[in-house]
Amino acid sequence: MKILKLIFKNTLRHKLRTFLTISGITIAIIAFGILRTVVTAWHSGVEASSANRLIVRQAVSFIFPLPFSYRDKIASIPGVKEVTFADWFGGTYIDENNFFARLGVDANTFFDVYPEYLLSKDELDTFKKERNSCVIGEEIAKKYHLKIGDVMTLTGDIYPGQWDFVVCGIYKPKYQTTDATQMILHWDYIDERMKQDMPSRAGDVGWYIVEISDPSKAALISQQIDKMFKDSPAETKTESESSFQQGFIQSSSAIISSMNFISFVIIGIIMLVLGNTMIMAARERTREYAVLKTLGFNGKHLIAIIMGESLMISILGGGIGLILTYPVVSFFGEIIPKGLFPVFMVQPVTIIFAVGAALLTGVLAAIFPIQKALRTKIIDGFRFVG
Amino acid sequence: MLDIIKVQNVSKSYWRNSLEIPVLNNISLDIKEGEFLALMGPSGSGKTTLLNLISGIDKPTNGKIEINGIDITKLGESALAKWRANNIGFVFQFYNLIPVLTAFENVELPLLLTKLSKAEKRQHVETALNIVGLGDRMDYYPKQLSGGQEQRVAIARAIVTDPIILVADEPTGDLDKNSADEILILMERLNKEFNKTIIMVTHDPHAASKANIIRHLEKGDLIREAV
Repeated sequence: MKILKLIFKNTLRHKLRTFLTISGITIAIIAFGILRTVVTAWHSGVEASSANRLIVRQAVSFIFPLPFSYRDKIASIPGVKEVTFADWFGGTYIDENNFFARLGVDANTFFDVYPEYLLSKDELDTFKKERNSCVIGEEIAKKYHLKIGDVMTLTGDIYPGQWDFVVCGIYKPKYQTTDATQMILHWDYIDERMKQDMPSRAGDVGWYIVEISDPSKAALISQQIDKMFKDSPAETKTESESSFQQGFIQSSSAIISSMNFISFVIIGIIMLVLGNTMIMAARERTREYAVLKTLGFNGKHLIAIIMGESLMISILGGGIGLILTYPVVSFFGEIIPKGLFPVFMVQPVTIIFAVGAALLTGVLAAIFPIQKALRTKIIDGFRFVG
Repeated sequence: MLDIIKVQNVSKSYWRNSLEIPVLNNISLDIKEGEFLALMGPSGSGKTTLLNLISGIDKPTNGKIEINGIDITKLGESALAKWRANNIGFVFQFYNLIPVLTAFENVELPLLLTKLSKAEKRQHVETALNIVGLGDRMDYYPKQLSGGQEQRVAIARAIVTDPIILVADEPTGDLDKNSADEILILMERLNKEFNKTIIMVTHDPHAASKANIIRHLEKGDLIREAV
């Protein structure tokens, strides 16, 4: 027999209590995993940002458009490699719950600036040629069972009317953090109809995406772009793609902070649950610890026995919780609208936090019982009536 | 024979708030190797306290306790724990077995602190359990054993490291007459056959009669000697 066996047997001494404690830790770790996944999903846009892309938007607000004529002017600035643009189309696909990004873009340049959207050459060529075509992310294709040649009908709101788009390509994400839930449309096609139906809104784009050759010159080029359009009817605000994404998150920062806070409150709760179990266990074993001390076991042995039991429970609970977090997060990923969190998956940082939390819980929960066991004199331990 | 235990002018007091409660008053006592000593006295007379001091699980307020040439009052906690593991076997009134361990594992506990191989440990445990007559109950848990059998497992645990001294605090106090007799016979055997020095605290004159020396304590003083 080794001390490990004694630890194991102690852990199973009160099976129901141990089971309930492990279950509590498991549920807490799953809840922690889900909350952390939501938080990281919120930041996924920032994570996926490229250092060599700048976003140019209307200085007043993102919702105001910019003139199409800015494109060539921006392209003329030294250090600018490519300029493309996008426009929020909005609209409804089948019903309002089917939320995902629908963007009108410059078909000729958009995929050059976003190489992380992997599209075959044939599909790209078709997209460029067919103005009523669209490209969709593979997550959207999967969710709505769409294939090339299918027609997607959108009911416009920003751009009123019925819009039919033929799926000509399905892009794959290059990285895990790449958004595969977008529908990419021809801006030309939309703008052409605007010229006929609402001429005052024709020729407007939502924002420009500027690819630069040297990321270290991002600040300088941003200044140059904004200076170029200063005192114009549509002044610009240029920032790095990550700052732009950060700006989106900023508006929800209170919710994210709350989720962050709650996720760590959960860790606090599991510490209390396990701490309570360990205190009860140590209290019941006061006499046994006195016996062990009498037999020659020293402080280190008692620390190993108590800490070992605490860690065994926390690791078991944490381990089961982590294993179950994957299917649970995957289930949540399926039931929430695809476009709400384009990248909804358990990130390594969540695993690291969860493992760290489980271990920390095990260690901290054992401190008070250890302290008590070490401080209790042998003779007091024998006198103890539990 | 040599005096294996020398208790010299030992006093022990406990403190409750600021009130000093003397338990032992200037006790001196020598015990020779191989002796079987019974400590008797009424409740609160200090006999268990004296036993605790001799076995190194408590420290005197004053005085010196020398065992086999070592002044144990000068040992630190860690050294004292090691010394206890090597020199003393403990038998308690309520057996104090670990309920989740089998008889074999309970007896093996003190050996976890040694460097013996697995096979050597097994051999020691089996020998100890055979001496107490429980070689056929090795895989039983304490709750599957009678009180007398539990106490015999506790005795096996006390002797498994082959200590020079056995201390027993009311070893028959929780047992029926038959079981108590079995335990006393076993202790006599350990004394006579295995030459263990035994100090036993008891209320029971019948139990004390098995010892070759009886010392009485009253209100913290050793009062007389009988042979």
